[in-house]
Amino acid sequence: MRTKLFSYNYLDTPIHKLSGLTKILSFLLLTFAVMFSYDIRCITGIMIFAFIIFKMAKIQWSQVKLMVVYVIVFVLTNAIITYLFAPEHGVELYGTRHELIKIFGRYTMTLEQLFYQGTKLVKYASVIPFGIIFLMTTNPSEFAASLNKVGVHYKLAYPVSLTLRYFPDIQRNYQDISLAQQARGLEMSNKASLKSRFKNALMIIIPLIFSTIDRIDVISNAMDLRGFGKGKKRTWYSGKKLAKIDYIALGLSLLIFMITIYVSIFINHSRFYNPFI
Amino acid sequence: MKNKVVVKFKDFSFQYYSQAEPTLTDINIDIKSGEKILIVGPSGSGKSTLGHCLNGLIPFSYRGIMKGELEVGSLVTKDHSIYDLSKVIGTVLQDSDGQFVGLTVGEDIAFAMENDETVSSIMHTRVKSVSEMVGMDQFLGSSPFELSGGQKQRTALAGVMIDDVDIILFDEPLANLDPATGKRAIEIIDEIHQTTGKTVIIIEHRLEDVLHCHMDRILLINDGKVVADMNPDEMVSSDLLIRYGIREPLYATALKYSGVKIESTIKPGHMSTLSLPLVKESILSWDAKVEYEIIDTKHEEILSVKHLNFSYDGTREILKDINFTIHKGEMIAVVGTNGAGKSTIAKVLCGFEKETTGTINYLGESIANLSIKERAEIIGYVMQNPNQMISKNLIYDEVALGLRLRNISEEAIKDKVEHALKICGLLPFMDWPISALSYGQRKRVTIAAILVLDPKILILDEPTAGQDYKHYSEIMNFLEEINEMGITIIMITHDMHLMLEYTKRAIVLSKGEIIADASTAEVMTDDLIIEAANLKETSLYTLAKAVNIKNPTSFVQHFIEYERREVRGR
Repeated sequence: MRTKLFSYNYLDTPIHKLSGLTKILSFLLLTFAVMFSYDIRCITGIMIFAFIIFKMAKIQWSQVKLMVVYVIVFVLTNAIITYLFAPEHGVELYGTRHELIKIFGRYTMTLEQLFYQGTKLVKYASVIPFGIIFLMTTNPSEFAASLNKVGVHYKLAYPVSLTLRYFPDIQRNYQDISLAQQARGLEMSNKASLKSRFKNALMIIIPLIFSTIDRIDVISNAMDLRGFGKGKKRTWYSGKKLAKIDYIALGLSLLIFMITIYVSIFINHSRFYNPFI
Repeated sequence: MKNKVVVKFKDFSFQYYSQAEPTLTDINIDIKSGEKILIVGPSGSGKSTLGHCLNGLIPFSYRGIMKGELEVGSLVTKDHSIYDLSKVIGTVLQDSDGQFVGLTVGEDIAFAMENDETVSSIMHTRVKSVSEMVGMDQFLGSSPFELSGGQKQRTALAGVMIDDVDIILFDEPLANLDPATGKRAIEIIDEIHQTTGKTVIIIEHRLEDVLHCHMDRILLINDGKVVADMNPDEMVSSDLLIRYGIREPLYATALKYSGVKIESTIKPGHMSTLSLPLVKESILSWDAKVEYEIIDTKHEEILSVKHLNFSYDGTREILKDINFTIHKGEMIAVVGTNGAGKSTIAKVLCGFEKETTGTINYLGESIANLSIKERAEIIGYVMQNPNQMISKNLIYDEVALGLRLRNISEEAIKDKVEHALKICGLLPFMDWPISALSYGQRKRVTIAAILVLDPKILILDEPTAGQDYKHYSEIMNFLEEINEMGITIIMITHDMHLMLEYTKRAIVLSKGEIIADASTAEVMTDDLIIEAANLKETSLYTLAKAVNIKNPTSFVQHFIEYERREVRGR
């Protein structure tokens, strides 16, 4: 079976029950907290929280394996490049220098750099689970509604939901076109050179675009005929009313957000936590 | 409010900016409240444009010069927006999948209310009650992928009824539905019309299918003008349908063959109103007189499929123990409901999917080890929508593509391409851009692009979907010519006319199994098969039973043979 990009499945968990609005707001609050703070104590706390939520949402490892592998590769590459370009950044930030080993030329490993990059890794490790949870547990229908509720204009938010609606169609269409073109002799395997593979890809994409344009015409007519774009606002059939559990979730997210900010401003007096002085 | 005029075209004409000639001229139509009107006309007659004028897509989305007056409800359309009009007239479009803009049935039905900024609780109550009217209340949470074509269309209907419009416009509602679902759709429209008293306007070229239920009037459009405005009895009695390329009901054709003079007095407008005592004698004597020897020259086996099973995931069987044999030079139909496995069989034959178990033999040899590319030289596959296949600008390049990918010399390519184009009647257009061609011509281009690879078997997916009678006949006569040149043709279809007129044998699939492999006449007169394959009883069979013909199946067979030999001279 083909893998689906957004494999939303309704499960009976407290996380799935939250309204889309709660999820997007909590996601934004927690992400902002993690992005803002470089205090490894706070971030580790949030990371543990993220893993607990992950468990609660009953997300299966197999569902997210591929995504996680990509993310790990990206994060590690990012870490290596950060070090290559700015090996002394930690020293600049924390103002002390505890050299551990000398590697080559100006590249030395300092405790400060290790601490700085370690903090960054933990940041990624806490934000990414929230992103995955948000994608996997939000009903696509609610997606646009929640975007709209946090201030995105509905004419921008609705296409998001339309994309989710028509994505599988386009995927299927792509598959069919690709097979029919292969029957005509199109080589899609690695045997062909890069240049001819690019040319061959065009032979699938051009028919795909033309048959998709036909559809877009139908869709936009259908939407016009039913009054889309008439008013400045619109309401949402699938938007859930906030329940008690939503307020609890929002409260918890807000609390974590405030603690993080409080620690930064009143305890660390900076976005960074400095254990070296 | 009966008899109040709700749609009024007065000396109306319309010309698209992009066109040199007006698409509609001198239109004068009055439609009264509660009427049920059918608008028929061949492709390009302007009937869709007429629909666009009614619902406001003209001038909202399509611009042009409008002359004369058009009032819908009490609104003069040119002074009002498409949004104002949408409160008076609701439109159900032909593409029941494309117009499904919500992610679930409930959302899609509520779409218009969302745009009206209705509060959630009112929406949910209203969606519930409207969905009950069309029988979709059990599916509010379903996504479009879980629904059949008919269910999607009902959703669309509910989506326009939610506004409580006075007029409902159906733009080719039958185009994408199988025969049984189409019949049911017409019945639902009739039910809604009777219970709500709304004005119903149906634009459709499949006349017989619409006439399954009562219609007050039929407007015939040709070349941008209204050429007839009659009740169904008068329309079927006249020669206008044939003159303007609309297929008359099959039972009417059968009556003509048997020598009955078709007049309003025999009430030929609907099969159900036909005055049987007046026609019975003629039909019975015709049926007794017509006798054909069925010459069944079986050629050698070209393709044989044995014990074929297929499954995507190893658990759910999509094809179960499929066995059939196809003989050289046959032209056969593969029929069945959506999801019965028709397309999957085609995909497995072409090598797009690999069978789980079973054998496929071509001329007695297994083709299991041939790649997709190699199989294409034996079995060519033509997709339904030509736009899904065309990737070049010029006709010549498009047809040459498959050969160029096989590294054949340009000289040899030239000969082959010219030959294929000649067969397809496209040789004069060789250097034309494809964008200048009509849909039917594009279809030919895609067929030429497959024929150029010299396949022995051609599989076509719904070759005539969405085509009017004229284009349908063109495509089918062309396929018949190719067939006579010795190419075996397999068509995946649910067009019953196609089966009746062009194929002698049909393979019927249901839930992944072959439930029938028999002559077309047998398939189309077997109630169990008709039901399992979502076909409907042909009106020929209904007619035969109604006049108590002893063997209705042989009556249908007589009709087919008579038409093939005496009328089309095959």
